[in-house]
Amino acid sequence: MPSVEQEIRQFIIDNFLFGEVERNPSNDDSLLEQGIVDSTGVLELVAFLEKQFGIQIHGNELVPANLDSLNKLFDFVARKTAIST
Amino acid sequence: MQVEVFLERSAARFPDKTALVCEERRLNYRSIEEQSNRIANGLIRIGVERGDRVAVCLDNTVDAVLSIFAVLKAGAVLVLVNPTIKSEKLTYLLNDSGARILVANGSSVRNLQSCLINAPALQTIVVSGGNAGAQSSLHRVTTLDNLLADHSESVQPPPKRCIDVDIAALIYTSGTTGKPKGVILSHLNMVAAATSVTEYLRNTADDIILNVLPLSSSYGLYQVLTALKVGATVILERSFTYPHAALRRLMEERATGLAIVPTISALLLQLDLSEYRFPALRYLTNAGAALPPAHIPRLQKLFPHTQLFLMYGQTECKRVSYLPPDQLDFRPDSVGKAMPNVEAYIVGEDGRRLPPGEVGELVVRGSNVMRGYWNLPEETAKALRPGPATGERVLHTGDFFRMDQEGYLYFIGRRDDIIKSRGEKVSPTEVENVLYRLEGVSMAAVVGIPDPILGAAVKAFLTLKPGVTLTENDVLRHCATYLEDFMVPKVLEFRETMPRTAAGKIDKRELAVQKEQ
Repeated sequence: MPSVEQEIRQFIIDNFLFGEVERNPSNDDSLLEQGIVDSTGVLELVAFLEKQFGIQIHGNELVPANLDSLNKLFDFVARKTAIST
Repeated sequence: MQVEVFLERSAARFPDKTALVCEERRLNYRSIEEQSNRIANGLIRIGVERGDRVAVCLDNTVDAVLSIFAVLKAGAVLVLVNPTIKSEKLTYLLNDSGARILVANGSSVRNLQSCLINAPALQTIVVSGGNAGAQSSLHRVTTLDNLLADHSESVQPPPKRCIDVDIAALIYTSGTTGKPKGVILSHLNMVAAATSVTEYLRNTADDIILNVLPLSSSYGLYQVLTALKVGATVILERSFTYPHAALRRLMEERATGLAIVPTISALLLQLDLSEYRFPALRYLTNAGAALPPAHIPRLQKLFPHTQLFLMYGQTECKRVSYLPPDQLDFRPDSVGKAMPNVEAYIVGEDGRRLPPGEVGELVVRGSNVMRGYWNLPEETAKALRPGPATGERVLHTGDFFRMDQEGYLYFIGRRDDIIKSRGEKVSPTEVENVLYRLEGVSMAAVVGIPDPILGAAVKAFLTLKPGVTLTENDVLRHCATYLEDFMVPKVLEFRETMPRTAAGKIDKRELAVQKEQ
């Protein structure tokens, strides 16, 4: 089974980079500054996280501190899934 | 008056007042004035002459604001470039404008390296945010920090080189031919537009304007220009990507003005805003594309203390009209009347003014009307035609409107097939041209389809050559290599055949209304 980290990375590559692995961001790259995610992209990302990991994300959690790099996403999902189990 | 005088006068009146807030930085008027003077003097020292084009390709940052004013203070022409631009298009813009200097951040310079060698007029690259390994064998490379540090003596503005009929900026806008057109704006054009806008919005030094729109767009740029003109404070957000971060800032900074496009409105209406209160927010403005009338009562409920201004304009004249907020309940589908010091009227095919109720092309008169399109005399002659006063040229907008008995304007449609997505103009031809370059594509057609968030979403129809297989990702990746983000199709449909018009062309009207095959 793929890890949470692999699943998130794959979603970003498939949906925002259209499979272009050369632009694969490093774990600390800002997804916003790299031009990978925009405002509608954030909504798609959040819908994916909720569905894939069975978590509920509240409006006030939609901030760069939770979502703007792969590492931040990994931490955020880890925190959320810890709460919901 | 020249555009940079907005800053110079406000800096003289309110030297210690906060002019700009960006992330954690807060800069007062004196600081913006002195730093942009230093950069301007630095630009002159490295050889910038009056009328030279300087391209600024930066996100919404302090450096972007400093660079914009420095270019104007140096008597050069500002060429604004969206930082999501791809190499090939940047090459086009640099060569079309003949830019001698490019201001960009280090990572863009690295990514765009390949295109810079194809821009022979380009001499110097000025890197924002440290050097970060940006190198070029063909160009002089310096940094904004160097320009700021090297000339510590020169905090005074350089002597004025321009008068107000000189060109202040080229703002590129999508053209129907697929090539972007550089809209030529004089200092007079921009000062006139900013003066009219601040008049009807009643902007004062007490305003705090939050800007989430790209400074590379006319709508975003004028948030800064108008704020600095009246001595207000402008808060720069990089974008509206994280609505809650922007809304928290809006609340905490007690912002009084916010400019939106319909996509931002659609996002706002999806959010739970119950934890926010915006008692200080005096106005919301909408431009870029028409706000769906259904949004209006919902926005009024979300922002009960705030006036909503619906506006219409185009880069060619910045702005044409606004609907006074007290008219919203009576004519929510109108974009209002001409703004102060501007006249707007409707003409028929023969160029004669039409009476109220009839549909025709909107014509705009005023000091805000552009000087023409850069290097495009034919396109210019189509858009700018003789007006009622001797020697005058008025703007034929290419947009169809009707006017009611009281002079209010109602948008009907465009003469061309430009798509308005996310408030940005997308040329179907430009997207189709990129699609046709993909090996295996036989026919390509691009249309706008209604989308609740984007206004119109870019949809591409493709037929492939026999025996070719392409996946959706193959096509989208190709598009993302050549097109700015907002132009990349959101929806793709592969088809066996394309519907044809009687003349044998691809029937786009039919495509736009057809259900998927």
